[in-house]
Amino acid sequence: MPLKTYRTKTTAWGRFPVVEGQMLRSERLEAATENATLCRGLGRSYGDSVLPAKPEDLIVDASLADRILAFDQESGVLRAEAGLSLLELNRLWLRRGWFTPVSPGTQYVTLGGMVASDVHGKNHHVDGCFGEHVTALKLRVADGRIVECSDTHEPELFRATIGGMGLTGHILEVEFRMKRIPSPWIWEESERIADLDRMVAGLKDAAEQWPMTVGWLDCLARGPSLGRGILMKGRWAEPDEAPGKPPAWKRRFRVPCEFPAIALNKASMKAFNLAYYYKHYQPRLRRIVHPDSFFYPLDMLDQWNLVYGRRGFTQYQCVLPHAYDNGPARRFLQMFVASGGMGFLCVIKDCGPEGKGMLSFPRPGVSIAMDFPVHPEKTRVLIDRLNELVLAEGGRIYLTKDALTRAEHFRAMEHRLDAFNAVRRRWDPEGRIRSAQSVRLLGDRI
Amino acid sequence: MKAVILGATQGMGRAVARLLAERGARLFLLGRDGEQLARSARDLEIRGAEGKVQIVRCDLLDTATFTPALDAATAELGAFDTVIVTSAMFATQEELEADPELAAKLLLADFTNTVVFCEEARRRLLAAGGGTLCVFSSVAGERGRKPVLLYGAAKAGLSRYLEGLDHKFRAEGLKTVCVKPGFIHTSMTAGLKPPPFAGQPSAVAPLVVRAIDRGTPEIYVPPAWRRVMWVIRNLPRRVMRRAKF
Repeated sequence: MPLKTYRTKTTAWGRFPVVEGQMLRSERLEAATENATLCRGLGRSYGDSVLPAKPEDLIVDASLADRILAFDQESGVLRAEAGLSLLELNRLWLRRGWFTPVSPGTQYVTLGGMVASDVHGKNHHVDGCFGEHVTALKLRVADGRIVECSDTHEPELFRATIGGMGLTGHILEVEFRMKRIPSPWIWEESERIADLDRMVAGLKDAAEQWPMTVGWLDCLARGPSLGRGILMKGRWAEPDEAPGKPPAWKRRFRVPCEFPAIALNKASMKAFNLAYYYKHYQPRLRRIVHPDSFFYPLDMLDQWNLVYGRRGFTQYQCVLPHAYDNGPARRFLQMFVASGGMGFLCVIKDCGPEGKGMLSFPRPGVSIAMDFPVHPEKTRVLIDRLNELVLAEGGRIYLTKDALTRAEHFRAMEHRLDAFNAVRRRWDPEGRIRSAQSVRLLGDRI
Repeated sequence: MKAVILGATQGMGRAVARLLAERGARLFLLGRDGEQLARSARDLEIRGAEGKVQIVRCDLLDTATFTPALDAATAELGAFDTVIVTSAMFATQEELEADPELAAKLLLADFTNTVVFCEEARRRLLAAGGGTLCVFSSVAGERGRKPVLLYGAAKAGLSRYLEGLDHKFRAEGLKTVCVKPGFIHTSMTAGLKPPPFAGQPSAVAPLVVRAIDRGTPEIYVPPAWRRVMWVIRNLPRRVMRRAKF
């Protein structure tokens, strides 16, 4: 029987924008992608990177294609269909002593999505992006052929697909190297940090000794306490430190419905940020924690995106090159606060070297990510100003989070775009594969 | 446990097979598409199924495939103790009304041929001294309803058959488990508007496995559908004539 497509309104995690398109959801990804415009996974990217450019475009939901096809006990190389979620991977492999080489901040992502976004995690300064650990990919390219690519076979297609937002071909299978872990628990040290200088210095120092680091920022603090927050450092616990039993399934809570717009205001955000900061009243904490609390604190709250109400929200994430002082990060935060930006959550992380992904986001520098609700007029203006600043500092933005950047800003930030588009044109001369985002930013035609 | 599963490559069958594999069950897969079966077999092996997961072609629309498929399962597993059937055809009422050929096929697959398959499986389970036959019917068979008129009629027949089977053979050691799913988010229901109490396969599968372990003759999944269907079964005709569900 032919697979059934259906027309629906679709959106991603930010719930902005909402776009109409054709969808198809099937376990049989190879068959499903035959006439597809784009594939999507669990929809945890924030903006329009998984949305159709026009209502006739067919978007394939790959999340049901989640079979594991091979696993090598010796090398840890695992091959699976692209829809396998990190949640399932962790559930099965943590207790066997293996973990994904790189993990983003949520488990609700698919392997295909992790490749397309070339996700980075708390260990970026040591292990780079997910793409560094991918050994091979199986794609359905635009002309319908199925192509296997790797560092040695079709390397150009391989490098363009890593971080290529699914625009080079539909990712069918992912093969990557898992990492051995001494125990499934995390040894965490967290520190309260009084200002931005100390935060950046703290990240830099921690990077020398810790395989995983990240900072949370109180993004409403200003003046001398601009950039204050909590610095978290972690490593896998050794067997003699860890509890004898594997981590239990953590109970989740669910946001029951869309919050009214009024719920998220300056006062509530301030209260949240203050509470988060002062909850960590000890100057320094050392403890063994559940891997879910360390890697995926927000996953404990199902549908947390509903907190932002009907209009939805966006995340702004950029990376600013290192400077001899912390000028870029400071100017960025000052600009954000001065523009009346209100962030709910703000995360800071120092990035290591650029990886092999042709259009991958991370580069050496400081990455800052913040969530804020979408306001019909104000948000676009705010993002324009932030982008101008990032451009002036020589930084770049993360496509996976973006919904509102202007094409001219993106092109000015991305000197790599022409090379990336050249590879795409070679594999997809007619421009069949596209997304709302690729039309908005990458110059794709409808 | 030695289980034969018809329909393990997709939807609920996939979720149930995975749970059994994680417990180290021996599995044998029946289905239409050899390539899909082979992929699912590998997935189940890596997840912990005992030994090699063997596969054989078996199509609900082709009764001639039933005996050879179950013969192959017997040859591979020896006597098996569990047979699970999750395969079925599905189409919306509009599609079935528009295409009488499709409707005839669906009625054949979801009632007649499923029963024929179950009869074959029943004989083998009884010959081996008993076991469990778990078959997926549907809440659609609980009441004549406008949006699931034809599909529901086939499922109603299947549910009755399974009920009778349980009455007749439980004393001889054959436990029949009739699973009645409400709305579950699978590729079968993709694009349909989910009603309240819709469930996920991974959340529902453990309930099905528990019912198989206990030999529960009838189970609604998600469980809330037991009450929902009680209400719908008891609505007067004049309400059902007007109702859209």
